[in-house]
Amino acid sequence: MIGYLVRRFLLMVLTLFGISVIIFALLRVVPGNIADILADAAGFVNPAEKAKLEADLGLDKPIPVQYAAWIGGLARGDLGYSYVSEKPALDEILPRIPITARLAGLALVFSIVLGVPLGVVSAVRQDSALDYFLRVLSLSGLSMPAFWLGLLILMAFVAATGTLPIYSAEPKSWQEALLMYAVPAAAVGFRSSALLMRLTRSSMLEVLRQDYIRTARSKGAPERSVHYYHALRNAALPVVTVIGIEAAFLVGGLIVTETVFNIPGVARFLVEAIRWRDYPIVQNLVMFIALVVVLVNFAVDMLYAALDPRIRYAS
Amino acid sequence: MSGAGYEGELARAGANVSGRWGELRFLARRYPLGAVGAVIMAVFVFAALFAGQIAAVSPLATDAAQSLAAPSAAHWMGADNFGRDVYSRIVFGARISLAVGIGSTALGCLFGVALGLLSGYLAGWVDLVVQRLIDILQALPLLVLALVMAAALGPSLQNTVIAIAIPLIPYVARVIRANTLALREQPFVEAARAGGMGEFAIAVRHVLPNTLAPLIVLATAQLGAAILTEAALSFLGLGIPEPHPSWGRMLSESAAEYVRTAPWLVIYPGVAISLVVFGTNLLGDAVRDLLDPRQRA
Repeated sequence: MIGYLVRRFLLMVLTLFGISVIIFALLRVVPGNIADILADAAGFVNPAEKAKLEADLGLDKPIPVQYAAWIGGLARGDLGYSYVSEKPALDEILPRIPITARLAGLALVFSIVLGVPLGVVSAVRQDSALDYFLRVLSLSGLSMPAFWLGLLILMAFVAATGTLPIYSAEPKSWQEALLMYAVPAAAVGFRSSALLMRLTRSSMLEVLRQDYIRTARSKGAPERSVHYYHALRNAALPVVTVIGIEAAFLVGGLIVTETVFNIPGVARFLVEAIRWRDYPIVQNLVMFIALVVVLVNFAVDMLYAALDPRIRYAS
Repeated sequence: MSGAGYEGELARAGANVSGRWGELRFLARRYPLGAVGAVIMAVFVFAALFAGQIAAVSPLATDAAQSLAAPSAAHWMGADNFGRDVYSRIVFGARISLAVGIGSTALGCLFGVALGLLSGYLAGWVDLVVQRLIDILQALPLLVLALVMAAALGPSLQNTVIAIAIPLIPYVARVIRANTLALREQPFVEAARAGGMGEFAIAVRHVLPNTLAPLIVLATAQLGAAILTEAALSFLGLGIPEPHPSWGRMLSESAAEYVRTAPWLVIYPGVAISLVVFGTNLLGDAVRDLLDPRQRA
């Protein structure tokens, strides 16, 4: 087990290193850097001033030197300065993380609470009208772009209350805070719930065909206990894996939903930073997202071993 | 030996049909949802191919007098803030959506298959390197990688296709590699080797055709994801540039500010995106059931 952990940890470090190289290189082939954008915005270009700006930001140094400076800084907890706001990148990123984390957490809860029970119902009533309805519903959930669902929710909100829901940094009550996060979280989580519903359904169908389910039934266990106690416990295994993978996919939904609802989280910040060619923000944010994904995957692997006694990583 | 045959599945289902039409009718009865998906896709492909004939007005023609006009006989789906006909932009938008979706899926599959085949067949250090590369690419969410790629390459139709194709590569490579690993040990591969066939020829002539079924299943599943990613990129302003009518971009122009004043600008492009992706998903499920019965949901 310890050998496995060490191996997994080294692979994680290798993956993160690879991502840092790819992202850093990609951002440097972007046509036009921040100096070009600022010069464009100013309307005229003074070559000497532009060159000075590039020198100040270290953009005139060779790319490997820039890379070494970034990684060295990361190791010391120094993420560099935002080109746009000129504040330390860490101060720009840190306060935005809790906002996105709350949204992501709520979205994940929403998708599990909605997706797993509906998936069980759909499997238990296989080929009934309800099953067909739920299958079409989950497929539509997978087909709808998250940002469009967000816009539709905004529209419904306007129709019902006459105003747009506005994000506020200091909500007056916890009910207000919950509503403020719950509406966009539902828009993000709907897609994941659709996926979890489909997966739970197929996993349940697989398990319900097993011999031990027939044994449970023939010894007189009530249907409810067969479904939720005997079957779901084993059917949940692949679902847990997908919940882990979905946590990574949520990021995509968060990016567009934060944009639609004007929520100042890290996901929307990434898009803004990409538009402004704000390299220190983009590369650190992407590294942060990769770190979260890699850690979640690691946690899911561990959870999987804990849930399924047949899986042991000793070998 | 074809890997994508579904005759066995037909026979098991008790099909007693002759000719293409009989087969199609049987399949439509057996997979009604898949048939609906196929019809939806056919409608969008038709719209994309004959956009000029179906929509009389140019999708780019502006008319200040018609700015934000509500749906009427002249503009079925209303007009946008430049007075451009929404219906015609949606019909022409099918071209962009399908071109980017099919183009990026095909490109992603091409490189994914090559990488997967190489990695699974050669094994050893090649496999090790490819595996790490796949790990790296998969540690970034699809949209994040596509966003950075799109920004790095600059906004254009071709670059959007490439930006979406690259994140698809690891998914394809993984499936093809797993299949190749299993196929390598099959007796028919051994027979080909014993017959003096070169390794490259075996990989291309014997192993590759047998990975076709999972590849088709994967490609139909990825098509929807590719179309959705294009819509999201264009919505964020980093995908298809003006003046191309992209559904995602139509939503970004009209986003929150028109929710109150011109809801048709929000509703129709979203319906178009959802419907085409819904079609690919229905079709994808049916194709999976037909070609890969073991994975059936």
